[in-house]
Amino acid sequence: MEIPYSIEEREDTGLINSKLGIWIFLASEVMLFGGLFSAYIFLRLAAPPGDFEYWASKLSVPMATVNTMVLISSSVSMVMAWASLKLKDFSKFKMYMGITLLCSALFMVIKYFEYTSKFSHDIFPSSSTFMAIYFTLTGLHGIHILGGVVVMLYFYLPFSHQLWHDQPEHFTNRVEALGLYWHFVDLVWIFLFPVLYLL
Amino acid sequence: MSSNNNHHDHPKENFIQSYIFSVDHKIIGIQYGITSLLFLLFGFSLMAIMRWQLAYPGTEIPIVGFLFGEGGVLVSDQYNSLGAMHGTIMIFLGIVPLAVGAFGNYLVPLQIGAIDMAFPKLNAASYWTYFVGGVIMISSFFMPEGAARSGWTSYPPLSIFENGQTIWLISMIFLITSSLLGSMNIIVTIVQLRAPGLTWMRLPIFTWAQFVTSFLLVLAFPPLEAAAVMQLMDRVASTSFFLPSGLVMSGEIVEVAGYGSPLLWQHLFWFLAHPEVYVLILPALGIVGEILANNTRKPIWGFKSIIYSMVFLGFVSFIVWAHHMFLTGMGQAMSAFFQTTTMIISIPSVVILTSYFLSLWGGSIRFNTPMLFALAFLPMFGIGGLTGLPLGLAASDIYLHDTYYVIGHFHYVVAPGTIFALFAGIYYWFPKITGKKMSEMLGKLHFWPSLIFMNGIFMPMFIQGLAGVSRRLADGGQSYAHASGVLEWNEFMSISAFCLGLAQIPFIVNIIMSLFSGEKSSRNPWDSTTIEWAAPSPPVGHGNFDKPVNVYRSSYEYSVPDAKKDFKPQFEK
Repeated sequence: MEIPYSIEEREDTGLINSKLGIWIFLASEVMLFGGLFSAYIFLRLAAPPGDFEYWASKLSVPMATVNTMVLISSSVSMVMAWASLKLKDFSKFKMYMGITLLCSALFMVIKYFEYTSKFSHDIFPSSSTFMAIYFTLTGLHGIHILGGVVVMLYFYLPFSHQLWHDQPEHFTNRVEALGLYWHFVDLVWIFLFPVLYLL
Repeated sequence: MSSNNNHHDHPKENFIQSYIFSVDHKIIGIQYGITSLLFLLFGFSLMAIMRWQLAYPGTEIPIVGFLFGEGGVLVSDQYNSLGAMHGTIMIFLGIVPLAVGAFGNYLVPLQIGAIDMAFPKLNAASYWTYFVGGVIMISSFFMPEGAARSGWTSYPPLSIFENGQTIWLISMIFLITSSLLGSMNIIVTIVQLRAPGLTWMRLPIFTWAQFVTSFLLVLAFPPLEAAAVMQLMDRVASTSFFLPSGLVMSGEIVEVAGYGSPLLWQHLFWFLAHPEVYVLILPALGIVGEILANNTRKPIWGFKSIIYSMVFLGFVSFIVWAHHMFLTGMGQAMSAFFQTTTMIISIPSVVILTSYFLSLWGGSIRFNTPMLFALAFLPMFGIGGLTGLPLGLAASDIYLHDTYYVIGHFHYVVAPGTIFALFAGIYYWFPKITGKKMSEMLGKLHFWPSLIFMNGIFMPMFIQGLAGVSRRLADGGQSYAHASGVLEWNEFMSISAFCLGLAQIPFIVNIIMSLFSGEKSSRNPWDSTTIEWAAPSPPVGHGNFDKPVNVYRSSYEYSVPDAKKDFKPQFEK
């Protein structure tokens, strides 16, 4: 049984189901991170002057800058992957998706070194309120990256060719939804970077 | 089974595929329904044990006493556990899954003439996430630490140090995920899968209510998820999101980094939990609207104002949360703002309720069981709503806060309010779901005692609350002199509660008996106008309708002058 408007757009709304679905999901994600960001503001206002700045100075800005670049590149290659599908070029899609996966892996590796360098200096979430919100926000963001990677692998691993072959349009739409999610995760980082590292 | 669907080329599904891991919205709706009704019963039993303790403190609990320590007497910690779990189970595992998971899942696709939800697999995932969350929540009773005992609101600092809270938080993360998946699905389904001709203003009230409810769930739950993650960090990674500096516990200063704020939790919690109140009440208002129109045989009065009020209610419900926090010292400017918005949000609720009352005017009312429950809903919800106004005003809330008055207030909204509406819905749609009618006689035997005993439980709470008896007292206020004048009500309330339990027996018997030997129902046993009644009873396999649905008119065209019968269904030309 086929659910209507899974592949073609509904005329009066101009949408396919999955696109509306992913946007609503992203709205809820905005509220999730919004809750944490407002907690950041709340705690920062409650902290003694200079406390947040002091702890923020212990973070590594160069590492985070590299990570920002890596994540933006992954967003670009994600768009290219989707565009290649629109041009019906599956091998190019594989290449761009591979680059996106590499970038996400690189991001997590850098994040791993960032975390361990903190731990080796005896800095833990319990060290200060700033560190608590830092680890919570970046940790939750990291989980979102991992979630994205799992879905990307599903579209990247060898059996994806069969998925593409069976329903090319459906496959393209799914990658588009994944792309929207990925840009959102990227965007969260764009907010996290200045808020945690620079302010 | 009709012949025009494309089931032929699929191998026949076995029992597990078609009833356990089904992706059909009807089966998932029924799964949600059965699970949440069982949780409601379980939550009720927890309350019955607490009420025994309140009526006869220090005496042995009958039947289940062996579960509770020495001599079968409840100790305070266990009382606290029961209280926290009663609230949590009733709200997150009982009523919301019943109202949104069961009714929403089963009826929304049928009311909009769709073959299924927009994302059937996601729908199944939503149920199973809910199920796992429920299992985790119940399992906490058997953990060495015991179940959570910091109230369903889980206020820190208490919740950071009390036993059992970690499991509660983990379970909540599952439940939040589940309702997120479910409500996303409902929104997309309503936007995308409406039958041809079903414009927004032709949507029935119930579907509108589910639509607004789903938005509340999607947008209000994530901040609680964020808060739950932070509380989990406080417990597991010894952070201090919610712990202030210099906090003293059992005479010793707590060793944490400090500068956290217990108020932060309250803000994030009530940012969810106030919209959650409307999640509890809107589907109920939707169900009652359907049944009123059907049984007064009149178009619902003020249909458009009801819809606009619901949408407005949804928006404003996001900016009233801090009226739960007047006593926290958050400041007068904040209090003034939230008290104003609280007064504003009472307007749409009154508009809806007034429209419902006016709908009764001049109708030739059929007093069947669903209608009785729907009619009882109106004054009960009215009492619940009006007693909320003194709580929304900062000045009177200072006196009433955390007394039994508050318990009485929100139970009037949820128990004889929402739960009555859900009962009404079960009686009303049972013929559609099973193809069998429920017994009217047993239905009335269920309704009248329920109505009387509900009031017997909750009305005295106002009296106790106005006398100043605090909630969450394990002995019901025995140790407080100011409570002594109103304590005799405790026994009356408890006996009412036990009788309310007994009054549910006809309901359970009715469901089982009607399922096996009920009178067969036609497609449209209540002569209703909305689209779900165009489907066979029960709707055909995976696909619902046996012929394509087209919609020709608005949802409640009853008593149409030139019609052959006294109504014109939406789906007939």
